[in-house]
Amino acid sequence: MDRRSVLRAISGAVVAAIALPRMAWASWSESAMKANESTAAMNELFGTAENVASAEVKLKAPEIAENGAVVPLEVSTSLPAEQIAIFIDKNPSPLAMTATFGAGAAGLVKTRVRMGETSNVVAVVKSGGKLYSASQEVKVTIGGCGG
Amino acid sequence: MAKTIRSKAKAKNGMVDVKVLMKHPMETGLRKDKDGNQIPPHFIQSVTATAGDAVVFSAEFNTSVSKDPYLAFAYAGEKGSALTIAWSDNTGATDSADVKVK
Repeated sequence: MDRRSVLRAISGAVVAAIALPRMAWASWSESAMKANESTAAMNELFGTAENVASAEVKLKAPEIAENGAVVPLEVSTSLPAEQIAIFIDKNPSPLAMTATFGAGAAGLVKTRVRMGETSNVVAVVKSGGKLYSASQEVKVTIGGCGG
Repeated sequence: MAKTIRSKAKAKNGMVDVKVLMKHPMETGLRKDKDGNQIPPHFIQSVTATAGDAVVFSAEFNTSVSKDPYLAFAYAGEKGSALTIAWSDNTGATDSADVKVK
């Protein structure tokens, strides 16, 4: 190994060491994401699991998902939403995603998720410090985990 | 980093509709390879959309989000404005793309 490649290797390692700890897990709600039960995840995320079912929260999900690896979900609300979270009760980690809205953002999010088995899907909207929810059961014929 | 973000942003009636597709394996950490070894988790954790200086939308993903994640949202904005979408995953990898609002 010549001098140049040694130097390059060292500087590469130093850069990686500085960059990694700062980037990894940045602002990610680890405790909520890793919770293995919906209520616990909700508590970790919002500090409470108390929520009221509301007609102003709309969850669009298929009744039967043929492929559990790709289940399209849409959550929208007419409430002034700060945050939306999607929970899939029977998944190993129920909290699938959260969306946080900045000024001017519409209370809307669409995404695609994996579902291991038939489960209740719960959309929770945080508005004015309170939680509002909508839920629907999605039947899964082929699971999306492990496969 | 190769281009991993494909996005379309369209302004209509003062709102910008944004659709984003990110190319990412979204490995859950629960799968095993052919030899029975656990495949380590590798998934996008956060996605941020910035218009001007303000973050208009951000999302945190867990492992249950599908491979090559799709995300759609909307915010108040005008045609021709700038939008930047960025993601970062659990290994510290990141990518970002500038999107022109049409």
